[in-house]
Amino acid sequence: MIQFEKFTLSNGLRVIVHQDLSTPMAVVNLMYDVGARDEDPERTGFAHLFEHLMFGGSVNIPSYDEPLQMAGGENNAYTTNDLTNYYIQLPADNLETAFWLESDRMLSLAFSKKSLDVQRKVVCEEFKEHYLTKPYGDVWHKMRELAYTTHPYRWMTIGKELSHIENAALADVEHFFFKHYRPVNAVLVVAGNVTVEKVKSLAEKWFGDIPSGEKYKRNLPQEPEQTAARKQVIQSNVPLDAFYKCWHMAGRLDRRYYIADLLGDILSGGGSSRLYQSLVKEKKLFSSIECFHFGSTDAGLMAIEGKLVKGVQIDEAEKAVEAELDKMKNELVSASELQKVKNKTESMIAFEDMSVMSRANSLAYYELLGDASWMNFELEKYASVSAEDILQESRNIFRESNSNTIHYLSNN
Amino acid sequence: MPDRKQAPVIVDAVDFDLRLKQAEKIVLKNGVEVYAVNAGAEEVMSVEWVFYAGNWFEDKNLVAATSNFLLRNGTSNKTAFQLNEHFEYYGAYLNRACYNETATITLHCLNKHIQELLPVVRELITDSVMPQEELDTYRQNMTQRLKVNLKKSDFVASRLIDAYVYGEQHPYGKYTRLEDFDSLNREELIAFYKQYYQQGKFVMFIAGRLPTGWPDLINRYFGDLPNAAGDMHNISREPVAEKKSRIINDAEGVQGSIRMARPFYNRHHPDFVKAMVLNTLFGGFFGSRLMSNIREDKGYTYGIHSFLQNHIHDSAWVISTEAGKDVCEATIQEVYKEMKILRDDLVDEEELLLVRNYMMGSILGDLDGPFQIIARWKNIVLNKRTDQYFYDSIQTIKTISAEELRALAQQYLQPEDFYELVVV
Repeated sequence: MIQFEKFTLSNGLRVIVHQDLSTPMAVVNLMYDVGARDEDPERTGFAHLFEHLMFGGSVNIPSYDEPLQMAGGENNAYTTNDLTNYYIQLPADNLETAFWLESDRMLSLAFSKKSLDVQRKVVCEEFKEHYLTKPYGDVWHKMRELAYTTHPYRWMTIGKELSHIENAALADVEHFFFKHYRPVNAVLVVAGNVTVEKVKSLAEKWFGDIPSGEKYKRNLPQEPEQTAARKQVIQSNVPLDAFYKCWHMAGRLDRRYYIADLLGDILSGGGSSRLYQSLVKEKKLFSSIECFHFGSTDAGLMAIEGKLVKGVQIDEAEKAVEAELDKMKNELVSASELQKVKNKTESMIAFEDMSVMSRANSLAYYELLGDASWMNFELEKYASVSAEDILQESRNIFRESNSNTIHYLSNN
Repeated sequence: MPDRKQAPVIVDAVDFDLRLKQAEKIVLKNGVEVYAVNAGAEEVMSVEWVFYAGNWFEDKNLVAATSNFLLRNGTSNKTAFQLNEHFEYYGAYLNRACYNETATITLHCLNKHIQELLPVVRELITDSVMPQEELDTYRQNMTQRLKVNLKKSDFVASRLIDAYVYGEQHPYGKYTRLEDFDSLNREELIAFYKQYYQQGKFVMFIAGRLPTGWPDLINRYFGDLPNAAGDMHNISREPVAEKKSRIINDAEGVQGSIRMARPFYNRHHPDFVKAMVLNTLFGGFFGSRLMSNIREDKGYTYGIHSFLQNHIHDSAWVISTEAGKDVCEATIQEVYKEMKILRDDLVDEEELLLVRNYMMGSILGDLDGPFQIIARWKNIVLNKRTDQYFYDSIQTIKTISAEELRALAQQYLQPEDFYELVVV
C-alpha cells in the first residue's frame, strides 16, 4: 500500500506527497498531460522536441542543468504518445532547488533561437540513431500507419518525418508551451525524505503565482473499428526475415486491459511462455519471438514480433503463430498457468515499488489517468481475471479482421 | 512572490557525510564468502552467485558464455522448460551473465518463495547437463542475433575499439565471429562447467529484507559445494600498432559510431579515482565539457560520453558517440580541442565544485536501497578492495585540486595515446 497525501493549488496544479524516510533523497516528478497524440498531424514530433527545449533555459534561469548538478541532483525526461514526464532526484536537503527550477520553466521558457536550432539538430540525430541506422528501425513507424487510420497514435513520438522537426519554428514552440505547459494540465509528485508541510509551503511559494492556464480539453479523433485485415510486405537490406502482427486492444481504463496484459504474459515473457516454448524451442521456426502491448492510454495495440530462423518460409511461421493463438481462443488456460502470470505480476509490482523514483512516477501517472490511489488497486484488478476472461478476450482481440501484419523480408 | 533570479541556498553535497552501509559477511562451511545487505521495506530479495568462470578461463571463444547460458537449460531431472516454469511460477527472475573474469547466476524473488527456489538453483550448479539439442538451438539463434548486430555500427565499433586497445587475444579484446559458433561442442562445455562451476570457486552476494535464519538456509543448500581454490593467470595486453581506423560497415549509413580510447590502469593505481573526477569533468555527465560543446552547442550528436572501463585487471579510457556522418571528423577534432583545454587551463573553482557536488549527489542517490548497496560491495570485493576504497574515493572527490586535474590531463589526455575509430 503506497501512502500519499494530495492537495490542489488555487491555480489548479495537483500536488501529491509521498513520504519515505528511509532514503536521504527526494524525488520531484512533474508530469504534463500532453503527448504525441496531441500534435497537429502536420507538425509531428513536437511534444518530444519540446521536451528537449525545456532544458534550454527558462525566463529567470539561464541554465537548468548547472544549478541542479550543483545541488547534487540528476534529472531526465521522457515523452510518450500520451504524456510528458520530467523528474529530478536530489539530496532532500536541497529540495527547494528543484522547486525553483521546475516552477520557473513552468512560468515561462526563455524561447531561445539558439536552443531551438541546436535541439532540432540533436533530435534529428536521435531520429537517425534510433530509427534510421538500426536494422528494422522503421518498422513501428510503418506499423502505426498501417494499424491506425485516424487516431493520432498513427505516428511515433519522435515524429512522422525529419522535416517536421527541421521546420519547427519558434512561434510554434511558444504556442505549444502556453497551451499545454500550464499548472492546470500538470501533476506534481514530491517523494522521499520530505514532509507534507514542507512540500505545501514550497509548492505555494514557487508554483502558487503561476497563471492557471486553460484546461486542455482532449478531443481526439477516435479510431473506427477495423473490419478487414491489413497486410504489408517490406523488402529491405536486413539479415533475417521478421514477422510483425498487431491487433487493436482496449485502453488503459478498461477492465479488458488487465486481461490483455496477462494474456500477453501467457504467450511470451519467459522461458516457459507459450510462443517461446512452441515456436523457438520445439518447432524452431523463430530465433526470437515476443508478445507485448503498447501500454497506451487510449485503445492500443497488442503486438507479436519475431525473427525467423533462416530458411523458414514466413507463411509457415505465421500459420504456427496462428495455431498458438487458436489455442488461446479455444481452450481455457490451466489454473496453474494463470497463477504463474499473476505471480509474475505481483513480483514485478513489488520490484518496481522498491525505487522512490518509480513510485513517484506511478503516482503521477495514475493521477493523470484519474486518481493516484488507483495505483494501490492494480494487483486486485489482475487477481480478478479468470481463465474464462482470458478465453473471451483472446477471441475478441485475435480476430483476423482486427489484425495488421508486416512481413519484413531480407533481400539478401 | 519569490525572487526567481535568486537560487535557493543549497547544502553542498561535498559537505555530506556519506556512509556505505556495512555488509554482513559470513563464511559457509566450505569456505565460500557471503556478503549480505539487510535493508529495504518490500518483502523481496536478490541472491547472486559469482563464479570465477568468465572469458578469462576459456581456451576457445564462447565456451564460457555458452556454458553460462546453458546452465538453465536442463538438468538430469528437469528439462529447460520445467526449470523455466519453476522459477516463473513463483514470479522469480533467474538470470545468468558471463563477464570477463566472472560469470554469475542471479535470483530475484519475493521472500515468501525463497525456500522453493534455492534447491533448484543448487541443481543448476551441481547437475546441469547442457543437452545437445539446447546447444544447437542456442547456436542457431545466437548466430542469427549476431548477424543482426553486425549491421549496427555502434556494435561493430564497440568491439573493434576493445580489440585495438587490448589485442584480439586478450579476454577484454576478443570478440565473437560467426564461425566461433560452429566449432562449439558439448564436451568442451561440460568440461568447462565441471571445472569452473561444479568444482569451481564462487562468492555470494545477498540483499533485500532478508528472512530470519537466512545464513542457515544458504549453508544448507550451498555450504557443501566444493569451492575449489582457483587462481587467475596473468594475460597481458597486445594492442595493435595502427591507431587510426575508418571503417565502412554500411555504405548507406547516415551516422558514424565514433570510439576513441587509450589504455588505462585498474582500480589499484593511485591515479584511478583522480582520473574518475577528471573524466566526469571531461565527458562523464550531462554538464560535461564534451556534452556542452558537442551536443548542446554544436548539435552534432544525441549524446557523447567518456568513461573508464570497469574491468578488474586492466582498463581503458574511452570516448563514445554516434554523430552525423558528415560531422564525424569535426566531432573528433572537438574532442581533441577539449583535451587541449584541460591540459592548458585550470578548471575554475565553480565548475570544479559543480563536478564534486554532482559526483557526491550521484553516489548518495546510488546508495538508495539494498540492491544498489550490494552492487557497491560486489565491486569492492571483486576488485579486491575494502570499504576504505569507498571513503578514499570520496576524499579524493572532495579535495582534488585544479592543478592536479591539469597535471592528470597533461599526463593522460594526449591525442597521440588515443586509438581512434569511426564506423559508418
